[in-house]
Amino acid sequence: MRASLEHLAERAAAEGLLDVAYATADSPFGPLLLATTPKGLVKVGLPNYDSEETLEDLAARISPRVMEAPVRLDDARRQLDLYFEGRLHEFDLPLDWQLSKGFRRRALRAIDRIPYGRTRNYTDIARSAGNERAVRAAGTACGSNPIPIVVPCHRVLRSSGGLGGYGGGLPMKEALLRMEGVGIR
Amino acid sequence: MISLPPFQTLLDDHAADVMAVLRGAVGRVDAEDCFQETFLAALRAYPKLHDDSNLRGWLLTIAHRKAIDHHRANGRRALPIADPDEIAGVTTEPELDEGIWALVGALPPKQRAAVALRYACDLPHAEIAAALGCSPDAARRSLHEGIKRLRKELA
Repeated sequence: MRASLEHLAERAAAEGLLDVAYATADSPFGPLLLATTPKGLVKVGLPNYDSEETLEDLAARISPRVMEAPVRLDDARRQLDLYFEGRLHEFDLPLDWQLSKGFRRRALRAIDRIPYGRTRNYTDIARSAGNERAVRAAGTACGSNPIPIVVPCHRVLRSSGGLGGYGGGLPMKEALLRMEGVGIR
Repeated sequence: MISLPPFQTLLDDHAADVMAVLRGAVGRVDAEDCFQETFLAALRAYPKLHDDSNLRGWLLTIAHRKAIDHHRANGRRALPIADPDEIAGVTTEPELDEGIWALVGALPPKQRAAVALRYACDLPHAEIAAALGCSPDAARRSLHEGIKRLRKELA
């Protein structure tokens, strides 16, 4: 049965019938849910989120043609493994931004450009997204990041140097920053 | 618009039954092809589905059509029915034992499908009806006729 299902996923992808492929990946923080469209990685579900709810949300917002297809996420999984081992500093993965619109998307694209081991504050992000005064909205954009870790919203801190927030929980944010060699106040 | 569940949940819940029905209808070897065709057709139609109240019946209907297509393509009339041991999750009733599946395979298509769905997949009449695209009464009749014929053959 497993071989039949794997074969089905590949045939569906070849015929353009697999709109969202997903798989789970191990991380030091627990299992991650990875989802990709034909365009690129569209979602990373952190360990503290319910995978079933996330998949239902993807079905409603993108397409109900959602299937488990680990092969489609081999590259993302491999790069994440290397990142967690400290051996990869920059992800080279196509991304699908469709879950974010307008200001949020611009803010997330700015976050995507923050280099490994460096940080920015919410004001920097607001400015890069085209509205310096929208600091709170920049915070919301970080909080709504559908592709955390790969789009490194953990590198965004408060202007005061405080940690700010993180969807995966503050201990995870702190651990990611320490792993990247960032000193936390 | 209704929000449909992720297609994977249909596979998790019903793929094994669809495979069992197809093995019963076309045999183990050809079931794999029909299985792929069934789920590819289902994927094609899925986003436009208006009613998700009986996804199992919907899938079995498609499987049934694919099995019929398969037999038409092969120009066969008598259908092989898989050995019951090969059918996953078999729930045969006492009076329907081993050698009988050969006889089931010789039944007319509707009766054969009704018997296979009832005894290989343990479907209630309403779901057999959905799978065959007929009324529950008609499904009951096909099943009844099929059983009657089998009894006669065995007598």
